[in-house]
Amino acid sequence: MTTTSAGPHVHGLGEPYKRKEDARFIRGKGNYVDDIQLPGMLYADIVRSPYAHALIKGIDISKALQVPGVVAIITGKDLEAAGLAWMPTLSGDTEAVLAVDRVLYQMQEVAFVVAESRYAAADGAAAVEVDYEPLPVVVDPRKALAPDAPLLRPDKKDRQPTNQIYHWETGDRAATDAAFAEAEQNGVVVRQDMYVPRIHPAPIETCGCVADYNAATGKLTVWMTSQAPHAHRTLFAIVSGLPEHRIRVISPDVGGGFGNKVPIYPGYVCAVVAALKTGRPVKWIEDRTENLTSTGFARDYHIHAEIAADKEGTVKALRVYTLADHGAFDAAAQPTKFPAGLFHICTGSYDFKHAHVAVDAVHTNKAPGGIAYRCSFRVTEASYLIERMMDTLAREVGKDPAEIRLQNFIKPEAFPYRSALGWTYDSGNYERALRLAMEKIGYEELRREQAEKRARGELMGIGISSFTEIVGAGPGKHFDIAGIQMFDSCEIRVHPTGKVLARIGVQTQGQGHETTFAQIIAAELGISPDDVDVEHGDTDTAPYGLGTYASRSTPVGGAATAVAARKIRDKARKIAAYLLEVGEEDLEWEPGRFYVRGSPSKGKTIQEIAFAAYTNCPPYLEPGLEAVNYYDPPNLTYPFGSYICVVDIDRGTGEVHIRRFLAVDDCGTVINPMIVEGQIHGGLTQGLAPALYEQLAYDEDGNVLGSNFQDYLIPTAMETPRWETARTVTPSPHHPIGAKGVGESPTVGAPQAIANAVVDALAHVGVRHIDIPITPWKVWAILKEKGLATA
Amino acid sequence: MSIHHIRVTINGKLYEGDVEARTLLVHWLRDGLRLTGTHIGCDTSSCGACTILVDGKAVKSCTMLAVQADGRELLTVEGLEQNGKLHPLQEGFHVEHALQCGYCTPGMMMAALALLKRNPDPSEQEIREGISGNLCRCTGYVNIVKAIQYAAQKLREPEQVPAGSGGGGE
Ligand code: FES
Ligand code: FES
Repeated sequence: MTTTSAGPHVHGLGEPYKRKEDARFIRGKGNYVDDIQLPGMLYADIVRSPYAHALIKGIDISKALQVPGVVAIITGKDLEAAGLAWMPTLSGDTEAVLAVDRVLYQMQEVAFVVAESRYAAADGAAAVEVDYEPLPVVVDPRKALAPDAPLLRPDKKDRQPTNQIYHWETGDRAATDAAFAEAEQNGVVVRQDMYVPRIHPAPIETCGCVADYNAATGKLTVWMTSQAPHAHRTLFAIVSGLPEHRIRVISPDVGGGFGNKVPIYPGYVCAVVAALKTGRPVKWIEDRTENLTSTGFARDYHIHAEIAADKEGTVKALRVYTLADHGAFDAAAQPTKFPAGLFHICTGSYDFKHAHVAVDAVHTNKAPGGIAYRCSFRVTEASYLIERMMDTLAREVGKDPAEIRLQNFIKPEAFPYRSALGWTYDSGNYERALRLAMEKIGYEELRREQAEKRARGELMGIGISSFTEIVGAGPGKHFDIAGIQMFDSCEIRVHPTGKVLARIGVQTQGQGHETTFAQIIAAELGISPDDVDVEHGDTDTAPYGLGTYASRSTPVGGAATAVAARKIRDKARKIAAYLLEVGEEDLEWEPGRFYVRGSPSKGKTIQEIAFAAYTNCPPYLEPGLEAVNYYDPPNLTYPFGSYICVVDIDRGTGEVHIRRFLAVDDCGTVINPMIVEGQIHGGLTQGLAPALYEQLAYDEDGNVLGSNFQDYLIPTAMETPRWETARTVTPSPHHPIGAKGVGESPTVGAPQAIANAVVDALAHVGVRHIDIPITPWKVWAILKEKGLATA
Repeated sequence: MSIHHIRVTINGKLYEGDVEARTLLVHWLRDGLRLTGTHIGCDTSSCGACTILVDGKAVKSCTMLAVQADGRELLTVEGLEQNGKLHPLQEGFHVEHALQCGYCTPGMMMAALALLKRNPDPSEQEIREGISGNLCRCTGYVNIVKAIQYAAQKLREPEQVPAGSGGGGE
C-alpha cells in the first residue's frame, strides 16, 4: 500500500479498485445454489404442461411412485388440500403453484416429483400420467379482448369478468388532444405502431433453491436465487403461515439476475412444501428450457405512439396507447401503485408540455411475468418508443436526428424539471452528453461518409439514442413491493482494531457490491477497502432491504451505506474530542483521522478511535462503534446518456454489422470507474440482444419457439462489438454522494440506437420503422421490396 | 441401468467411482466429486459454462458421459492455480475485470486455455472465435478479450506484464 503525507492511501470514490469478490470466482470456489449439497438431500423435477390451454381430467402418479428412487410426488390437489395451491403475485393476482384443474400456458407446473437423485426425479416426472383436454388457445393480446374470446381466468371471473386485467392512464388527456388538434392544423403529427417483443433475461445460472426444514427447531432455511431475499422471506411467511423469524432466506452467490430472480416461482414453493412433507432437504434447479419458458419474461408491449410538433419540429405533445400482454397470470414485478411501472417516463429527455399515456393489460395463454429485464419497471419500453419517435419526427420535418434532439432537450437550467407526466427529474445536461458523443465518434465525418456510400449504393446508417432513465425506487410513500416500502439499509460494525464488517439490505448478482460498498465506507472513514468486508443476502444477518433490481442498489443501498458511515464518523468525532481533550468543534477531519485545528500533529486515527470505543470510551457515550441506517430516498434518480451506433448493411444477406458503438453515460458520481465500465459493456450487450437477436416467440397453438439457447439467441463474442465508452458527470443533488446508478442505463438506451441506425440506413428509400429484433430476414425482405437486394 | 467403474485423472489426481452409464460427466464432477467450479447453464451444449479440458482439448462436460472420461486426463478450473500461484488467465480475468457474476468464468477460462495452447498469440478476432462457444450474460466480452490477451502475453514472456494495480483479495 502506498502512503502519502496526507495519510494512508484510500481507494475511495472514483478509483478503479480491483474486485474483492473475484478471488473466489476465478478459483471455481463460488457458492451458487446448485453447489449446495446437504446430507440426505432430495432432488426435484417438475411435470409441466405440453399444452398452452387445457383442462386436466386426471393425474395418475401410481407408476411414477414405483420408479426407483422416487420419494414423493405433489400435485395441485395435494396443495389445494393444504390451502397452498395458489400464491399471490407481486401485482395482486393469484398464480397457481401447481395447476389444479386447468393449465394456462405451455410448460406450466403440474406436479412436483422428489427423488434420491436428479436422474431418478427426471425418471419419475416422465412417468407421471396427465390426462388433458385441450381448449382453444389465445396468443394474440388483441384477440384476447374480442367479445367471443374464451375467458382464460374463470377462477377470478367475479372480480375480472373478461381477459382485461386493467386499464390505466395518466396525463392530461384534454390538453394533449387540444395540442394534437392544433398540430394537425398548423404543425406536424407523426404516428408509429411498434412492438417491443417478449424477451427473457436468461442469466447463465437458471433459478433454483434448496429448502431445508429442521423439525426440531422449527426453522426453515431456503437457499435461493433471489434478488430480494428479505421480501421473499416475508412473502413466504405470509403464504405458508410459518413464523417469519423461523424462516431464513439465503441468497448465495447468484449467477446473474437481470430481473429474472425478483419473483417467487412455483418451484420454490413446492420445494419448501416437499421439505416439510419429507423431512429432508430438497433441491430444485430448473433447466434452461424451464427457465426460458416458465419464469419471468419481460416487455411484450404493443405500442402506438404519436407526437404533435410545430412545423420546425419543436415538440408539443405526446400521446401513447399500449396493449400489454401479461400472460396467464399477472405476475409483473412492479411497485404496487404503478401497474405499468414507470412507463410514463416516456417523454424522455424532451420538453413536452402535454402528454397522455394509456395502457390496457390482458391475459393470454403465455407464461406469466412482466419483469424488468435489466431495467427499472418498463423504462426500456418508454425510452425505445420516444427515441424511435424522435427519429420519425426528424424525418418528417427534414432535420438531422441530432439536430431534432438538441432542439427539444430539456435545458440544463430547467432542473429540477417536472415532466408533463409528473416526474421530477433531479439533474441533467443532455446537450453536453450528446455533443460529447458526436465529437468522439466524428458525427459530421460519418454523415459525409454515409452520403458518399449512398451515392455508391452502399448502405450505412447512424443511430442516436439520447435516453433518460428513472431508477432507484422509493421513496417509500410512493413505491412499495407488495406493501413493503422501497427503502434500503446498511449496518456497519467497526471492530476494536479498526477493521470493518458491513451488512447491506441489497444483494448482488455480479454488480460487485463487495467492492463498491466497501469503497463507499472506505471513502467516508478514510480507510482501505481491504479493511472492509461487505456481507449480503442472508436474512438472518443482513438488515431488511428490498433487494437489487431497477438499478436501486447504489441510489438507495449506497446512500444508506454512506449515511451509516457518516454516523460512525460522527461518533468517532465525539470519541476523538474526548481523547484529545478538546471540543468537537475544534476538530478537523482528513481521510482516516481527526486532528486539532491549528495543530495537525495532535490527532487520532480512525483505528485509534475504534480501539478507544471499546477500551476507553467516554463515560457519557455507549461503548462500541456501530451504526445502522435505513434510507428512504427523497426522490428517484435520473441517469442519462447519449449513444451513437454506426451500422453497415449487407445487401446480399440483410445482415446488420455494427461497425462502431459509442456510449456516453452520465450516472452522477462514479464510485468505481472500472466496475461502471463493466456494467456498461454488459448492459450494452443486453441492449444489442433484443435489438437484433432475442425474442420469445409463440406459434398460434401457444408453443414457445425460443425454448433453448439454440432458438433463443443471446449474443456471443462474435456478435458483440468492441464497445466504446465515455462519460459526463452530473451528480444527483439529493443523493448523499451524488451517485445515480448505472447497471441498466445501457440496456435501456442501446436497442433504439441500433434500430435507429438500421432505419437511418434505409430512410432514403422511405423506411420509417422496423420492429426489433431486426433479423437479417426482416432486412432482406425490405431490401427485396425496395429493389436493393443483391441476392 | 448398468453401472460402470471408471478411473479418471483430474487436476493431476486419480479419482475412481461407479457411475450409471447415462451420467453426464458434468454431474459426476459436480455432484459425485464435489468439483463445483464447473457450472451448468443450458441443456443444448450452447453456453460453455461446463467447459473443461479433456486430454488438453476443450470439451463441454455436459455433452460427454462420465464413462467416456474413463482413463483420460481432465483439467478443471480447480486445477488452474499451481502451488498457490494463480494461472495467468486467472490473474488476467481479475486484473482486466473480465467477470461479474462469475458464473461463466470457469468455462470461459478453460476455453481460453485450450485456445492459447493451440495459438499462443491470437488476434482479437481469433480470441472472439475461440470463446464463441461460451456465453457470458454480464460482461459484454470486451474485458474477457483483454484478459485473454493479458494471459497470452504473460505466458509468452512472463516478466513483461506489470502486475495489476490495486488490491482486491489477491
Ligand atoms: S451446460 Fe451449457 S454447454 Fe454445457
Ligand atoms: S460474468 Fe456473469 S455470465 Fe459471465
